[in-house]
Amino acid sequence: MPALFSMIKGDSKANRIAKWLVSGPPLLFLLVFFVAPSLIMLFTSLRFPGEFGGLAPIAAPAGAVHGEYGLTLETYQFFFSDILYAEIFLKSFAVAAASTLICLIMAYPLALLIARSEKRFRNLMVLLVVLPFASNFLIRIYAWMIILGPESVFSHFINTVLGAFGIAPVTLLFSSFAVLVGMVYVHLPFMVLPLYTNLEKHDPALLDAAQDLGANAWQRFWRVTWPLSLPGVFSGSALVFIPVLGMFAVPDILGGTGDILIGNLIKDQFLGTRDWPFGSTLSIMLTLAVLAITALAAWLARPAAIPEK
Amino acid sequence: MRRSNIWLWSAAALAYAFLYIPLLIVVVYSFNDSKLNAEWVGFTLSWYVALFNNQEMLTAARNSLIIAVSASFLATLLGTMAGLAIHRYKLKFLPVLVFTPVAMPEILLGVALLLFFLQVLNLTLGMVSIIIAHTTFCIGFVAIIVRARLQGMDESIFEAARDLGASPWQTFRLITLPLIMPAVVAGALMSFTLSIDDFVITFFTKGVGEPILPIQIYTMIKVAVTPEVNAISTLLMLLTLTLIIIAAKLDSGILRRETK
Repeated sequence: MPALFSMIKGDSKANRIAKWLVSGPPLLFLLVFFVAPSLIMLFTSLRFPGEFGGLAPIAAPAGAVHGEYGLTLETYQFFFSDILYAEIFLKSFAVAAASTLICLIMAYPLALLIARSEKRFRNLMVLLVVLPFASNFLIRIYAWMIILGPESVFSHFINTVLGAFGIAPVTLLFSSFAVLVGMVYVHLPFMVLPLYTNLEKHDPALLDAAQDLGANAWQRFWRVTWPLSLPGVFSGSALVFIPVLGMFAVPDILGGTGDILIGNLIKDQFLGTRDWPFGSTLSIMLTLAVLAITALAAWLARPAAIPEK
Repeated sequence: MRRSNIWLWSAAALAYAFLYIPLLIVVVYSFNDSKLNAEWVGFTLSWYVALFNNQEMLTAARNSLIIAVSASFLATLLGTMAGLAIHRYKLKFLPVLVFTPVAMPEILLGVALLLFFLQVLNLTLGMVSIIIAHTTFCIGFVAIIVRARLQGMDESIFEAARDLGASPWQTFRLITLPLIMPAVVAGALMSFTLSIDDFVITFFTKGVGEPILPIQIYTMIKVAVTPEVNAISTLLMLLTLTLIIIAAKLDSGILRRETK
């Protein structure tokens, strides 16, 4: 491996040593505690579950008459044979798409306002978006347990309004609605930051030019600002979509019994039924989904696809 | 022009309200003299008193503190190295290794590390496994902050040092390190808050032994909600908010990190 780098011109020996002293430790740490575990996960998905949870041995123990040993694709077959798992994946994608869209609608005006504010206020306004995100993730979910709880002021208000229209009272907590609210609340800053970083770089002269050419406010937004902001939209969307796809805590706390997403399914395989191979298979499928989304976002945001200034 | 501004302001005001009102409610109810988080009854500090008499909670807080300090120390050391290496030596694979754990759903890292600790290291899950797990994802955050700082710097300073005969180590110690120090400290504070707040990865790598703060909070939320949860939440918020504000003051780059 070092030979590969010594080809770089003017690479003295001291520099080469320095390079490996600096990049070696983090590289080694991540190879051991990130790459190896990921490979182990892949390997585990190809094994048989043990009789009492965990894993069956790879080699058949001496004197074993029957039982399942070695490697197999059985868990993958199982995954594709039951429509239930496809449904849970589909539902997770739907929740992630809905959360992303709501985050975009809420974050865009905020990011635009910050980007168009005076320079000295911008950092403070961004800080105000990040601060709630610095509070504990469980606390942020818990806050919605209070707000959506059956005895809360908000619930009473909603049900009074619904009652006025002759609609029966609804339970807000432990529902798909609560899950969606929680997902949006937890991930909103992820959308604001990339949007703001993009919008801040726009040249205001472009909008002046559009106005001089007779474009109204809506046209200036839709024909100038929006197309230029697409890289920010796509990277923000990926930053919301991906974590929502794997989230188990929000449905676990705010959802009802039917609100099972990929994350909950995976969690149950490891901490409930203890079926490690199937849990690993689900994790691999989630990884593939995440890779596909990342590739799609990168492709959509590629420089050639977007008219850059 | 005026009208579109009013729309923008109201939409933004709504977004800020959406961000802050829920947290405000948690804080307000931590002082409410009622077991239910529903009606305001009267002011009390009894939930805080109960909290400080809850032995398990205190142990959990101590454990989480030990984990956060150790993990942020390791992550700052390794993350600073990674940030330097990525900026200086255009290595192709290091950025992928450093930034992927930050970008992927937390549950995947949690599951992978759980399997690794149990199968390969045969490690009893506990403080050590949590510290390693937290370090793994914090390295990326530190590296992002440090690299952003390096990218904003004038390369000629380092060339000047080299031309004047400084060894790589001297250049690092006398020039690079002092210049990136704000980013390093900001990265350390960021890692500390990420570690003390982390629930998902802790959940998978914790084992059954010691109580850990986010797990305690989770159990309280799931099993029996009392305003004691609000009290611990308020205190935690106070701690992490202070740290984030200090970090943002030191290095405004953490507000602009684009994640890659």
